[in-house]
Amino acid sequence: MGSLQTNIGPQVTRTKHARNALLLSIIPGFGQFYNGQKLKGSIYLVLTVIFFTTFFQTLNIGFWGLITLGEIPRLDHSIRLLIDGILALLITVLGLVIYGLNLFDAYKDGKKREIGLSLNSLREQYRNLIDNGFPYLIISPGVLLLVFVVIFPIIFSFLLAFTNYDLYHSPPANLVDWVGFQNFIDIFKIDIWRTTFFSVFGWTLVWTFAATTLQVALGIFLAVLVNQKDLKGKAIIRTVFILPWAVPAFVSILVFSGMFNESFGVINTTILANLGIDPVNWMTESNWTRFALIMIQGWLGFPFIFAMTTGVLQSISDDLYEAATIDGASAWQKFRKITLPLVLYATAPIIITQYTFNFNNFNIIFLFNNGGPAVAGQNAWGTDILISWIYRLTMTAGQYGKAAAITMILSLIVMSVALWQFKRTKSFQEEDMM
Amino acid sequence: MKSKNSRKFVRLSLSYLVIGIMFAIIIYPVLWIIGSSFNPGDSLSSSKMIPDNATLNHYKELFDLENSDYLLWYFNSIKISVMTMILTVISVSFTAYAFSRYRFVGRKNGLMTFLILQMIPNFAALIAIYVLATRTGLIDTHLGLVLLYVGGQIPMNTWLMKGYLDSIPRDLDESAKMDGAGHLRIFFQIVMPLAKPIIAVVALFSFVAPFGDFILAKILISSSDKYTLAVGLYSMVGKQFGAEFTKFAAGSVLIAIPIALLFLFLQKYFVSGLTAGGTKG
Repeated sequence: MGSLQTNIGPQVTRTKHARNALLLSIIPGFGQFYNGQKLKGSIYLVLTVIFFTTFFQTLNIGFWGLITLGEIPRLDHSIRLLIDGILALLITVLGLVIYGLNLFDAYKDGKKREIGLSLNSLREQYRNLIDNGFPYLIISPGVLLLVFVVIFPIIFSFLLAFTNYDLYHSPPANLVDWVGFQNFIDIFKIDIWRTTFFSVFGWTLVWTFAATTLQVALGIFLAVLVNQKDLKGKAIIRTVFILPWAVPAFVSILVFSGMFNESFGVINTTILANLGIDPVNWMTESNWTRFALIMIQGWLGFPFIFAMTTGVLQSISDDLYEAATIDGASAWQKFRKITLPLVLYATAPIIITQYTFNFNNFNIIFLFNNGGPAVAGQNAWGTDILISWIYRLTMTAGQYGKAAAITMILSLIVMSVALWQFKRTKSFQEEDMM
Repeated sequence: MKSKNSRKFVRLSLSYLVIGIMFAIIIYPVLWIIGSSFNPGDSLSSSKMIPDNATLNHYKELFDLENSDYLLWYFNSIKISVMTMILTVISVSFTAYAFSRYRFVGRKNGLMTFLILQMIPNFAALIAIYVLATRTGLIDTHLGLVLLYVGGQIPMNTWLMKGYLDSIPRDLDESAKMDGAGHLRIFFQIVMPLAKPIIAVVALFSFVAPFGDFILAKILISSSDKYTLAVGLYSMVGKQFGAEFTKFAAGSVLIAIPIALLFLFLQKYFVSGLTAGGTKG
């Protein structure tokens, strides 16, 4: 229809340029030609031709692979097909974006002609291309990298969660198949998975809240303590209190793992022995390992909160406290009504990120005791949190599909907490979103 | 008046007592590991915190390139961190500048995507990373590791730097534009010099993160001579913790002391960067 009208369009209906250009642009470039922009039109047309000639085969095989995941074992490698399929998806998205830009551009210039504006000359078109293209040009290296090392793996894991990829369905000998929500159903329906999931999830929550709350409480308490006016030696005290933060965490955790060692560790052989306490099975009894982990995270994590809180405390004006003293407030009341609210208000975003950090704190769990001790009757170990359980399922049990499903559950939790937090931060509300 | 003075005395004594206990808890592990590293013998079963006949042997063993990869790990870690830092600073400066100064189609969605991506730790997709690295031949290479780190750093640091760039008045680049300065000129000669403090912060963060990372390096790197410090130190523990503990102790001390000194030196940047991140981005 559109192409028929264009023959008479320009003379008769002076108000339909936008629509005509838009319709013509169904074949990229033609709308621009219609608007008399030869350079732009040729670019779009050439891009389209290149796109189809280059990617036709990739897209064809890609989508076939994505849908079937291969048909002949040993010949078709399901996982490679999945990767190629995602690549095809990304290329398609890119193509659609360019196509959308083409339509939008033709429509916009058509509109300009309708209201009688002259279109840009070739020179101006070139200038425009540079001006409008510049932001895209400079974000493209970063975005491209992001697409391949972050977004690609996320899409891959997401899709994997809906397959039966495990040791028994593993290419090249076997094919992987789409199984819909079976992994999620299995995790909640099959007894061993359900009990394991809930015990790991339960410990993850206990760990997150206990460890983070300990480090936050300790950090704030010590910051207030050191901030007392008549306390001497603040500089040296603060330097020492920062030390656990200054040493790389992986070193400290490994050192602690030596200190808690049951046969030669200094905790059992020296400290507890001197106090007349029997040696404790730090590494072989889940609950003792858990206790040790929480204490160690308190040690590792409090300096950070301590430093933040100290900064906030130093910015609170003395007038507040003087006024409170005149009103006869006790030290405790001053802390409850002035210090704590101000500190919590200023450090709330940081405290919340501490919770999400510990929720995914793989390093301490894995480096301290490998997530151990092993527990009979489940495929997670005694101190495994979700993320280290995923690691175990992937690297040692070969349960890729299930691991991906659990990854999805974990990401959903982290994202909802984090989004809730960011919705509340000032910068996000103030950001002029276009 | 007297009771007020004695109350003050009690309060300060209690404070010092608490601080003293914390000092002990913080410093004890440090002294213990330093002491262990000077102990003769390999295991700790008969060791003392202050050894009778201290030895530097374990340090010498670590520096012996024939029998130990330790120096290689050190070099690898620093190399990877520096590469990550440089690439991150470059790409983040560009993305943050574009998001801060230009209004383009897709900007809002881009910012939203960055925000969501920074919340998901990039090792969550570890299966995918492993499979993809195998497929592309980037497995067991430092390049693969660096690319992963840089990609993981971009979203958070872009928000951090964008927050800072937003606070640099736009009049400056507007007037430069009037004077005929091009896009690149404004970027390099006007905005970036003013953004030095935040560039320092981003550089610091993107250096420290790969240095302390364990999981990605563990997934990606398999040959011993390519280990980073975290993976290497863990391998010393993993093999025979008891049997090689003193050597491990020496290795830990050699990492902890320089890094801690560097950290204490640069600490104010950390705090300023994090508070900027907390209240602004």
